[in-house]
Order: sequence, then structure tokens, then C-alpha cells
Amino acid sequence: MAGPVEVLSWVCILTGSVFVIIGGIGLLRLPDFYTRIHAAGITDTLGSWLILIGLMLHEGFTLGTAKLAMLLFFLLATGPLASHALAKSAFMRGLDPLQGRDLVDRHEVDDHA
Amino acid sequence: MTGVFAAATAAIVVCMGLTLTRSILGPTVFDRILAVNSFGTKTVLLIALIGYLGGRPDFLDLALVYALMNFIGTIAALKFTLFGDLAGMEEEKSEELY
Repeated sequence: MAGPVEVLSWVCILTGSVFVIIGGIGLLRLPDFYTRIHAAGITDTLGSWLILIGLMLHEGFTLGTAKLAMLLFFLLATGPLASHALAKSAFMRGLDPLQGRDLVDRHEVDDHA
Repeated sequence: MTGVFAAATAAIVVCMGLTLTRSILGPTVFDRILAVNSFGTKTVLLIALIGYLGGRPDFLDLALVYALMNFIGTIAALKFTLFGDLAGMEEEKSEELY
């Protein structure tokens, strides 16, 4: 019989997997680079956090937990940093975001061009 | 417990496929960099999960190395921010965003 910590670990890992899947679908389906940053950046950070926390709960107080904490720190430091740097880079170099009421129409025009 | 690890691993593999599709489709170079960055994060998670799935948590060391490599990738992205090019600082070069 699984204890409460174990059940919490399952919940964390499965929720993280759901977030990761949502991020992947969003990265593929959203229409614009700036919208895709939301999908990739936000869900990646939350999903990887949940999965690593679930693994930490499964592991208990061992050396593995320390390694997982280091992984958590690296992912926390690099993910949002990369997203921000990419958004700034794209905007500074003149990639226009889709905007306005006729967003769908303009996007189709762009595709046909 | 193994079932949970297997489900999470499958989810991450599927998501890596989606990310790879985006990195191939483009259309801008920023989309590709974003997708590759995301792919790196998922590689770290995949290695950690496979370690637990196979009962060999030593794989966490490999995951740590991959996280550090991902960090170097981030530094490269930051350099891309400044110069728009990973090789150098050539000015007045015709840009190809698409």
C-alpha cells in the first residue's frame, strides 16, 4: 500500500507530464512566435518543476535528492532566461507580432505570401 | 510506481516529437531556437525519468551534465541576442529571419 508521500509524488509527476504535453501541443499549434514562447517557456518551467519535485518525493533524503535539487536550480535559472532573451532578440530584430482585430486574416495572408 | 514513470516518459517522448516538428517547420530562426531550447529541457527530464524507470538513479549525473550543456546553449542564445549571429559581429549583413 502506497503512503501519502508516494501518492503525492505520483500526482506531481503525472501533473507535470500533462503540462509538458500541453506545452508541446501549444508549441506546435499556436500561430505566432510570441505566442509560442508562452507555450514553451511557461509550461516547460512548471512541468519540469513538478516532475522533478515528484522524483524528489519518491527519492526521500538521499544524494539523489541533492542532484535533483541542482537540476531544479539549473532549469529554473536557464528556462526563463532563454525565453526572455529570445523574445527580446526577436523584437529587436524586427519580427512583428500578430495583433489587431484581423489577426486571423492577416495570418492567412502571410501564409499565402 | 513503474507505471507512473513509464507514463511520464511516454508523455515526454511525445512532447519531444512535437518540439522537433516545430524546430523543423520553423518558420523563423527564433522558432527553431525556442524549440531546441525546449528540447534540451525535455532531454534532461527524460534522462532523469529513464534512470528511475530502469532502477538506476545514477543517470541523474548524466542529466546534470545535460543541464549544464543546456546552460551553455542559453549563453549562445544570449549572444544571439546581442549580435544576431553566433559567429561574429558583421554589420550590414542581409538578414534572413525566415
